Amino acid sequence: MIDVQNLTKRYGDLTAVSDISFQAESGQILGFLGPNGSGKTTTMRIITGFMPATTGTVKVAGFDIFDESFEARKRIGYLPESPPLYNDMTVTAYLRFVAHIKGMARADIPDALDRALERCGLTEVASRVTGYLSKGYRQRVGLAQAIIHNPSVLILDEPTVGLDPQQIIGIRSLIKELAGEHTVILSTHILPEVAQVCEKVVIINAGKVVAEDMIENLAQGQTLEEVFLKAIAQEEPGAAETEGTVEEAAE
Amino acid sequence: MRNVLTIVRKELRAYFVSPIAYVVLTGFLLLGGWFFFNLLSRFTMLLSIYTQLQQGAADQLNLNEFVIAPLMHNLSIVLVILVPMITMRAYAEEKKGGTYELLLTSPLRTGEIVLGKFLASFVFICIMLGMTGVYPAVLIAFGNPEIGVLLAGYLGLLLLATSFVAVGLLTSSFTENQIIAAVSGLVATLLLYIIGWPADTAGEVLGPLLRYLSATEHFAEMVNGLIDTQDLVYFVSLILLSLFLTQRSVESLRWR
Repeated sequence: MIDVQNLTKRYGDLTAVSDISFQAESGQILGFLGPNGSGKTTTMRIITGFMPATTGTVKVAGFDIFDESFEARKRIGYLPESPPLYNDMTVTAYLRFVAHIKGMARADIPDALDRALERCGLTEVASRVTGYLSKGYRQRVGLAQAIIHNPSVLILDEPTVGLDPQQIIGIRSLIKELAGEHTVILSTHILPEVAQVCEKVVIINAGKVVAEDMIENLAQGQTLEEVFLKAIAQEEPGAAETEGTVEEAAE
Repeated sequence: MRNVLTIVRKELRAYFVSPIAYVVLTGFLLLGGWFFFNLLSRFTMLLSIYTQLQQGAADQLNLNEFVIAPLMHNLSIVLVILVPMITMRAYAEEKKGGTYELLLTSPLRTGEIVLGKFLASFVFICIMLGMTGVYPAVLIAFGNPEIGVLLAGYLGLLLLATSFVAVGLLTSSFTENQIIAAVSGLVATLLLYIIGWPADTAGEVLGPLLRYLSATEHFAEMVNGLIDTQDLVYFVSLILLSLFLTQRSVESLRWR
């Protein structure tokens, strides 16, 4: 469903993402992990067609995000790091606007709107102005705009940041619920979240994929924390050097 | 086209839901009203002096030349300052607020976004100028200005304002900082306004060129009641060029 091949993104001399490849199958939830500044957001922005890759290709539902961008973008729902809300709009007006620009047929919009409001628990704040909502509600409005046009692919950049525990549980179960019909890429720092929600995990560090596997294969008796720390430690330049010297010393 | 209208509706809503529209419209009408009052009282005074001086001298005074034309020139200066403040948020606010990502990851063509934002500001400008119609309406009710000249002047004012809108939107598309967008927009529109000033002393080649580039020169012709194709071509090219550059500027994010 999502096919990322040899993705590289350079900003001048800085290489944000280097030669990343991974796949997500239809209906799968893929956890996208990595320390801050490892290139998660850049990768997601490329997958959603917000910015082009320097080299490499991304196919979403069979459409190339660069060459058949229009078709691909119709099939993606995207929640960026901070929810993209217009602060002077009411929740309903905002979601209706999003439904329009996502290319939904006018007749389908009222039903889609009700469904998105209900699924994200927004019915009671539907007529409130988004600028005055609490962080948790803003995040949920962000999620609602991502799912309103029923896209086959959902890209969620840290969807549970800043929520209280009860809301986190709510959002997680919502994501799980969505997985059947949507393919989800979920970026997060919260490892237990990945363990609970995701089927497949991709860990990136310093712009490179350092682990990619189904969650049960990766864990093998270890906790996800151990897997994660081990994976990112391999790529630390300092750590690599120490290993080298140890090996040399052994010789 | 449907997408363009969606953007237009959203932009217009943003103007009128926030205080922006009301502050700008009130300010514009307040200044315009003051200009009008000032010009009209001067006109009345001149009229009484001329009538006292000699028989028939008052016929030399006409409303178009002494009230409407200076009023339009005064309003054009206000537009130089106000239009960049109307357009500054168009792109800068979207970039700052993260909604730019929503627009650009939606199945919208960049041309649709650019055109939608332009048309919304254009509608707003039409409302703004339409409200100043009160002043000529007063003149028509109590005097006899030439309607043709008046309409030509309004066309000029509309074209001038629309060009400023296009330029302001362009500067807004370059930055995520609204103050930078407003200041660079103001500099650009003011430059278009004053670029013809050194024309008389700039020599045979540069002089006419500066005069041609000056928005004021073309505008002044229309205020005098002269609609020349050359002036129309100037304004339309300026608008189209700015829109094209805006489209390139938005699209540039997609360049590899």
